[in-house]
Amino acid sequence: MKQKKKGEKKMALFDDVRDIIVEQLHVPPEKVSLEAKFIEDLGADSLDTVELIMAFEEKFNLQISEEEAQKLDTVGKAVAYLEDKTKA
Amino acid sequence: MVLESKVAFITGGASGIGAGIAKKFIQEGTRVIICDVDAETGTKTAQQIGGNIHFYKMDISDEGEVKKTVETVINEFSRIDILINNAGITKDRLLLRMTKQDWESVIGINLTGTFLVTKTIMRYMIKQRYGRIINIASVVGLIGNPGQANYAASKAGIIGFTKSCAKELAGRNITVNAIAPGFIETRMTENIPDEIKQNYLKLIPLRRFGLPEDVANLALFLSSDQASYITGQVVCLDGGLVM
Repeated sequence: MKQKKKGEKKMALFDDVRDIIVEQLHVPPEKVSLEAKFIEDLGADSLDTVELIMAFEEKFNLQISEEEAQKLDTVGKAVAYLEDKTKA
Repeated sequence: MVLESKVAFITGGASGIGAGIAKKFIQEGTRVIICDVDAETGTKTAQQIGGNIHFYKMDISDEGEVKKTVETVINEFSRIDILINNAGITKDRLLLRMTKQDWESVIGINLTGTFLVTKTIMRYMIKQRYGRIINIASVVGLIGNPGQANYAASKAGIIGFTKSCAKELAGRNITVNAIAPGFIETRMTENIPDEIKQNYLKLIPLRRFGLPEDVANLALFLSSDQASYITGQVVCLDGGLVM
């Protein structure tokens, strides 16, 4: 039961992240997989990646440092990072 | 009306070039926010110009104050289309006599202040995919001037800043340009001794000093849709002093 709840939360978080990426990068939702790289696969430029980080900060009400932000180059890494930071 | 329904944010708007630009923009139907550290003059200027103009007291070198003011303006007007970075000071002294404090106060306000205001406002321009940023530099930033090493450095810094911003923001439909005024008749230049003024005049091919309105005319053009293909430029407005 506990496992399932955790999984549901993760899915909800992924949905939020995907919505932000779709809006920011104007890509179809099906292209946003966990493996997708923001720059190579989703066509983001450097300013897009900064805007994405800012959008994550706003949506999840947290601060992401420059060093941490630079490591988040795939959707999966961003989801894992946000999951870690938002768990109660 | 070239700028109807746009929102312009002008720093150092209480007097001089900033007030001249505010007046011109109001005539063009723009909603104008002027900021200045001098609340008394700022309030008076807003009253004198009249129309859709609003004064906010703000020190551009105070990060917290800048953030607070910009947030208030965004809540009120929901966007900022045009930013005129005009606020600046001088602390003239020959380099041999210039203190670290003279240096730091001029760099801190003119250059760091311009950075802080731009950084704070550009995030809204990026989101709205539209913006016009005009930085008021100076010909002194191009050719130097004895007694103004600090001021010249700050203005040369603004020129480099302008070009970098232009490159970073071009993809978001934001243009960034600098105006480099020469000798403009304002409070900043009124205390220059007559003899020096006359010497300057001899160097100006058009044989007159500029007026805030001259700068305002160029700012208006650079803020308009007609200037949408101009970015990263420094336009001298100096009667031909520098060419």
